[in-house]
Amino acid sequence: MKNSEIWIAFVTILLREIRRFTRIWPQTLLPPAITMTLYFAIFGNLIGDRIGEMGGFSYMQYIIPGLIMMSVITNSYSNVASSFFSAKFQHSIQELLVSPTPNWVILVGYVLGGVARGLCVGLIVTVLSLFFTHLALQSLFLTVLVVCLTSIMFSLGGFVNAIYARSFDDVSIVPTFILTPLTYLGGVFYSIDLLPDFWQKMSMLNPVLYMVNAFRYGILGVSDINVYSALIIVSLFIVVLFWYGLRLLNQGKGIRN
Amino acid sequence: MTYAIEISDLKKRYEGGFEALKGIDLKVEKGDFFALLGPNGAGKSTTIGILCSLVNKSSGKVSVFGTDIDTDFAQAKKYLGVVPQEFNFNVFETVFNVVVTQAGFYGLSKSVAEVRAEKYLKQLDLWDKRDVQSRMLSGGMKRRLMIARALIHEPEVLILDEPTAGVDIELRRSMWAFIKKLNEQGTTIILTTHYLEEAEQLCRNIAIINGGEIVENTSVKALLKTLNQETFILDLDNKLPENWQLPGYSVVTSKDATSIEVEVIKGQSINDIFKALDEVSVNVISMRNKSNRLEELFVKLIKG
Repeated sequence: MKNSEIWIAFVTILLREIRRFTRIWPQTLLPPAITMTLYFAIFGNLIGDRIGEMGGFSYMQYIIPGLIMMSVITNSYSNVASSFFSAKFQHSIQELLVSPTPNWVILVGYVLGGVARGLCVGLIVTVLSLFFTHLALQSLFLTVLVVCLTSIMFSLGGFVNAIYARSFDDVSIVPTFILTPLTYLGGVFYSIDLLPDFWQKMSMLNPVLYMVNAFRYGILGVSDINVYSALIIVSLFIVVLFWYGLRLLNQGKGIRN
Repeated sequence: MTYAIEISDLKKRYEGGFEALKGIDLKVEKGDFFALLGPNGAGKSTTIGILCSLVNKSSGKVSVFGTDIDTDFAQAKKYLGVVPQEFNFNVFETVFNVVVTQAGFYGLSKSVAEVRAEKYLKQLDLWDKRDVQSRMLSGGMKRRLMIARALIHEPEVLILDEPTAGVDIELRRSMWAFIKKLNEQGTTIILTTHYLEEAEQLCRNIAIINGGEIVENTSVKALLKTLNQETFILDLDNKLPENWQLPGYSVVTSKDATSIEVEVIKGQSINDIFKALDEVSVNVISMRNKSNRLEELFVKLIKG
């Protein structure tokens, strides 16, 4: 395929993904808006006032970056996982497989579809958070960079999940039993300084901790970890997951007999 | 000579050890209307799946218009349009989007895709349904949608895997008229079907596959010539006299004696039957084959 044809194929996949999640907005965009509003109201307003300051900020301000990141992570992941698995399930993935679209374009198209939903939800949650408190952005560049990289990483994770999934249960197992615990234990609601030494060290094994803290650093300027190490770790995950996802696609794992 | 499709020593062994293809060789000429026939599980869909990248081959060579799928599968795929057996489009997309999106996967610009989508949806009587979600279409419309989608990049070869399964007679006829026209315009057609009458009427060349092996690969004409025996049913205007006989022929008379089934072996003449009936002042109102001729051959070949 010529480069211009590859570009058209990529845009087609991306636009189809965006069309999909905007068409079913009550399932994709509305739930995180409601859930996060409840988090802001209950944890931020009601409970947060009793907790007091954390890291030099009100509890509401402290948890907002984590909650935005939590939305981005779960939505990026589940968008690709459910979209690709649905395409497998109803065999519409064959439309792509019979076409000359290269596998790496299929992968990038689906992943950026997940990123689009992640960023869309992230923006909605950010706007909602402004109804509860004000946020002084420390570094727009770092904030955007971290949110994009995180979204790419979890979209790739969702893709790998969808390749291996054989039922809709398999698509929901990882978000429920792995992603959610990692996110809750990834410093969304607390600083790891509050944890005993052992659990602080254990927390350092959680990749979500790095993303939440790097994002919080971009917005508030405070972090439990070194921001540059967070960027390196996320980038490494992206490279490994991209390579692995492409390998699975080339092998036809779960999609070709 | 460059063939539209050239397959040599193609083998496929699935995980678990089932050998679906045991080294088949097949050539389809450019512009041909080719039938690939075989019972369920014979290897038809596996062969087609390998051609269009839905099944990984174990070994062997496959080329499309001289392009080896191992060296440039993208180019080979551009030559092919596929209408699979099962509905495989996104059922939540509109009819128009299903077709235009497929064009995008082939790198066609939106303007070209929209013009072609209109052309093929109109030709297949789906233009009125263009804004309808594809899940709302009837079975026949869904089949036609898959044909429109397969044609959107104007392929040189159109592969149809059991396209008329579960389709009513009227729609089947209109579908074949459309496909026949495409073939006359130069598109090579490869067809798998269970309706052997269709293959006999439409196809020039035929391959019969059984147990992962090609058991016959010839022209439909040549294959039919090998038929040694045909059974005709004759409807008569009068009852036949009791104990009427036709020496040298096997005859079954109906209960009311107004129709007969006669087996005619190669070398025998149908005129003998007419003469014998004329002698007893019985005329033939109509005459037809008892069963599809190709079907008889197919059963023989499959049984070995």
